[in-house]
This record gives sequence, C-alpha cells and structure tokens, in this order.
Amino acid sequence: MTKHPAPKFASNEGIIDAARAAIGPALIDAVEAHGEVALHVERTGLVDALIALRDKLEYQQLMEIAGVDWPDRDPRFEVVYCLLSVTKNHRLRVHVAANDDQPVPSVTDIWPVAGWLEREVFDMYGVLFEGNPDLRRILTDYGFTGHPQRKDFPLTGYVELRYSEEEKRVKYEPVKLAQDFRSFDFMSPWEGADYILPGDEKADAKGDAAK
Amino acid sequence: MSQLIAEASPTTGDEVIQNYTINFGPQHPAAHGVLRLVLELDGEIVERADPHVGLLHRGTEKLIEYKTYLQALPYFDRLDYCSPLGMEHSYVLAIEKLLNIEVPLRGQYLRVLFAELTRICNHMLNLGSHVMDVGAMTPNLWLFEIREDCLNFFERASGARMHSAWFRPGGVHQDVPAKLLADLDEWLDTRLPELFEDAISLVADNRIFKQRNVDIATVSKEDALKWGFSGPMIRGSGIAWDIRRSQPYDVYDRMEFDIPVGTRGDCYDRFMVRVEEVRQSARIMKQCLREMPEGPVSSLDRKVVPPKRGEMKQSMEALIHHFKLYTEGFHVPEGSVYVATESPKGEFGVYLVSDGSNKPYRCKIRPTAFSHLQAMDFMAKGHMLADITAILGGMDIVFGECDR
Repeated sequence: MTKHPAPKFASNEGIIDAARAAIGPALIDAVEAHGEVALHVERTGLVDALIALRDKLEYQQLMEIAGVDWPDRDPRFEVVYCLLSVTKNHRLRVHVAANDDQPVPSVTDIWPVAGWLEREVFDMYGVLFEGNPDLRRILTDYGFTGHPQRKDFPLTGYVELRYSEEEKRVKYEPVKLAQDFRSFDFMSPWEGADYILPGDEKADAKGDAAK
Repeated sequence: MSQLIAEASPTTGDEVIQNYTINFGPQHPAAHGVLRLVLELDGEIVERADPHVGLLHRGTEKLIEYKTYLQALPYFDRLDYCSPLGMEHSYVLAIEKLLNIEVPLRGQYLRVLFAELTRICNHMLNLGSHVMDVGAMTPNLWLFEIREDCLNFFERASGARMHSAWFRPGGVHQDVPAKLLADLDEWLDTRLPELFEDAISLVADNRIFKQRNVDIATVSKEDALKWGFSGPMIRGSGIAWDIRRSQPYDVYDRMEFDIPVGTRGDCYDRFMVRVEEVRQSARIMKQCLREMPEGPVSSLDRKVVPPKRGEMKQSMEALIHHFKLYTEGFHVPEGSVYVATESPKGEFGVYLVSDGSNKPYRCKIRPTAFSHLQAMDFMAKGHMLADITAILGGMDIVFGECDR
C-alpha cells in the first residue's frame, strides 16, 4: 500500500503487457517495484524499442539518461532512460547494460535532447554511444582524463589545480592531501561489517595458542 | 549588372565580412553564472551557438554517494541556489517513496506552502534579471525587494536565508512559529501584490520590452516535446503540462490553481507564464494557510525521523534513536525510483538507486537547465547577438543546478 506523498501518476496496470507486445523479443525483463515499471532491453534492440515506446505507447518525452556503475556485474554499466508520456500521464524506465567496449546505440535521432544526456553518461562512466554526432566530454574540465562517476574513481580525484603566483598561470598538480580522506563506516557492526572487527584477530590468535 | 550583384551582398564597401566566432562568457553578467557560449556570428546574426557547461561542476552526485541520506540533503540546496527548497523537495520525496513512509498532513502543507514561496522567490530573480538583460533597471530592484522578503521568511522558518535544509525525509525539520504564518498571510495580501503588480506593470505592456521579446526564439509544441522541455518552457510553448496538477505530490491535489500557457512559444510568452505563476503561487499559499491543520510536522517513525531535543532529555530510547540516526543514519530498502517534481524552473528529477545501505548507491540529478540550454543552438539561430540575453533570461538557467 502506498503511504508516501511522492508524485502519483497513472496506474501501471497493463503497461508491462503492452510494452512486451510493442517491443517484442528485445525485452529481456520487465519489473514493477516501488510503483515504477522498469524495462530491461537488449542493447542492440534499444533504438527500435524506444521508437516503439514513443510511437505505439505515446511516451513522447525523454527526460533523463542516467548511468549506474555496478563493478561486480558483467556488463558493468547500466544506462537508464527515463521516459514520460504527457498524454497518458505515465513514467517508465528503460534499462540497458553495457561495457566500456560495447557501444550503446545513440537515440539522438529519436530525441535530440539525448545529445547532451549521452555526453554526460560518456563523460562520467566512459560508456560509448554509437551514432552520437558530438560525443565530447561535457561537465569535466577541458583535457580531463578518467571517468569520475565510476565506483573505482577516488572521491578526491587525481589532479588538483591552483593559480601559481610565480608562473602567473593555473597549474595542474597531483592531489596532495594534508590529511587522508576520512571514510567513516557508520554501519552497525552487527549488520553491515564485511571486515574483521578490530580485536577479533586477537581472539583467533589466542585460540591457536591454547591449542 | 555588376552593380546589382554588389547590392545583393550584405557586405558594404570593399570589405568582405567573414563569419567569426566569439566567446560569450564565462565571465559575463548576462550569462547568469559561468556559461561559456561559443557563438559563430555573421555580422550580428547568430549562426551557431555552442554552450560549454561544466565550469561549476562540483561533483555533487559523487559526493552524495559518500554521505548518508540525511547528510546528502544540504547538497540539494546548493544545486539551484535560487530555489533551494524546490530541489530538496524531489530528493525527500524520492527517499520517502523508497521507504514508503507516511508524512503527517501539516508537514505536507508546510512543504507545499514553502515550495510555493520558493517559486515566488525564484521567479522574482528570474523576471527581474530578464528585464534587466533587455535594458530595464527599475523592475529588478523592486522585484528584489520581494525576494528579500521571501528570504526573510525562509530564515524565520529554518534559520538560513538560502540554504535551508528544512525539508527532511518524513516531513520538515521544525514547525514554524504561528506569527510567521500570520505575517505570510498579511504579506500575500499587501506587499506582494503591490510590489509585484507595480513592477510588472512597467514591463508587461512596455513597447521596448515587447520588441525585445515577442517572436524571439519561438519553440513549437513538437520541438518542446522533442527537446525534453518542462516547466514554464513547455507551458510557454502551449502545452498545459504541470507536474503539480497531473502527478500531484504532497497536498497539491487539494489545491485549486490555474496553469498559464503561452500561445506563440516565444520569450515574451515564457516571461508572462512566469508572471502568472507567481499569482497562482500566491493563491496556493493562501489556501495552505487557510486549510493547514494542527499536528506533527514530520513522521513519528523514529527509525527515520530523529526525536526532538526535549524528548531526548527524558527518554533513553529517544537518545539512542538520535545517536543512531545522526551517525549511521537510516537504511533505505533496495530498489530504484525516479521522482520528479515541478521545481520553479521545470521538472527537477532525482533517480535514486539504493542498495539497502545507509548511503545512496547512485543519485542521478536531472537538472532542468540541461535540456533547455541544449536547445540554445536552434533557439538562437538567426537571431541577433543581443537576443541571446533575452533567450537566456527566458530559459531561467542557474549553473549550480546545470553543472552539479
């Protein structure tokens, strides 16, 4: 039962069946959770699936393309397309999985707004979009290397810059931290800890000594 | 014959003018922040506009992944620093959707009340700077007076003028003093309409203002849909789409308000849509003040919302809850949601992925400015260089949000 006050859009009833009929075999899986429908689609069939959703099911607007990094999965990255139907008043998500050597087909021909959204996913995750006419970095600095939203990219980054009074220019240098980055682990040791608790290693050693 | 050909060419004299490229910004008062526009000009006509964004990129989304859900909240104030509560609204609703937690009615009313005050506050800045960009000084000063009032109200509710961090998962942080509500009511009746209508009467029918805005950057309905427009930008193009009405959140389904739409989709329409939205926001606020019930302002679920200090002095359990919530924070069930609200600038969305821990696994922020600014190229094509500022003003762009 929904108790939360989050935006209420039209019912999800029948959406999955309609999407299955419209997309066909390219649809891998369809999940309804937390009141939202997520369609998992084959990477190669993405463009046809989105055209079908736009033309047959009236999802006129592409609001957002989000990247997600799952280092343990293969393929590693997930690209999420958030669609909106202004006539049916419904939202839908389309998920595609990709690796950094498996380009995702670009949807700029369907929605020109995808141009920058795909550039951002490329910038942040390094996912390539085949057919995007202007796949440059967008949010990071000119000449930046790496993909900062990847889970293995450190929060502090690798490069810092400052204005050098002596050289009268902006200088790029490797990051030097006066203090190590403090990553506090507030997870309860009874639930979340996936490491040996401080002191536990002594217990084992003692046991060995008793033997 | 040769004379005829010389006359057909736009260049005068012997000089042949070639296209040239200029940098508009990143340090330019009309660029509304750190926008760098690379403009290719033919004389004074814009041939191509290539916006370079990201100069204010602070890695908000990355930082959020390293914070608990509550610690991540103040980052949202700093996205669109002209309408901080509008940003918080999407985020808290996304968390509430994943938690499926109930919010008491008074909390919902307070959120709607202050979200609308934020809308007024935001539009004062935008309308004022839009008129200033096309050459009028006075309305901006008068509108800033209203904005100052709004900021004072935020301060009285949350203690901070801009970065309130007042909406919390489960409700709002603190109840407001009764005097504040009474003052708001009086302000809506007296100062707001006086100052606002005075200022708008100077520009709405002004000949120069119309010359600078009417038929500038017209956007058709089809283009508005294709380019992912939302908020006043899509309504200016004549599509009556407002998330507050079609996908109501909090108590918007109880509110009575009209949705203004434009007829031509030009800069003037977008301006006037915002003008009318201010009046409708005032109407919503009046209803909130009239109907607001008494009661708690945030959820009493102590696994999410920390107890008040007074309670902590009395109860051991409250003390434990407080400690746990401000160190470990609450855990959010696994799953992902995309929650979008009608922020003053348009659809502001949060795609939140939770892995069941106390920190967001991924928090993708959907800024309004991103899709609007991207349309700059086709909107500016064929217009004069001086129209760029009018187009930017009509878009209402803030870089804190665009660059994140």
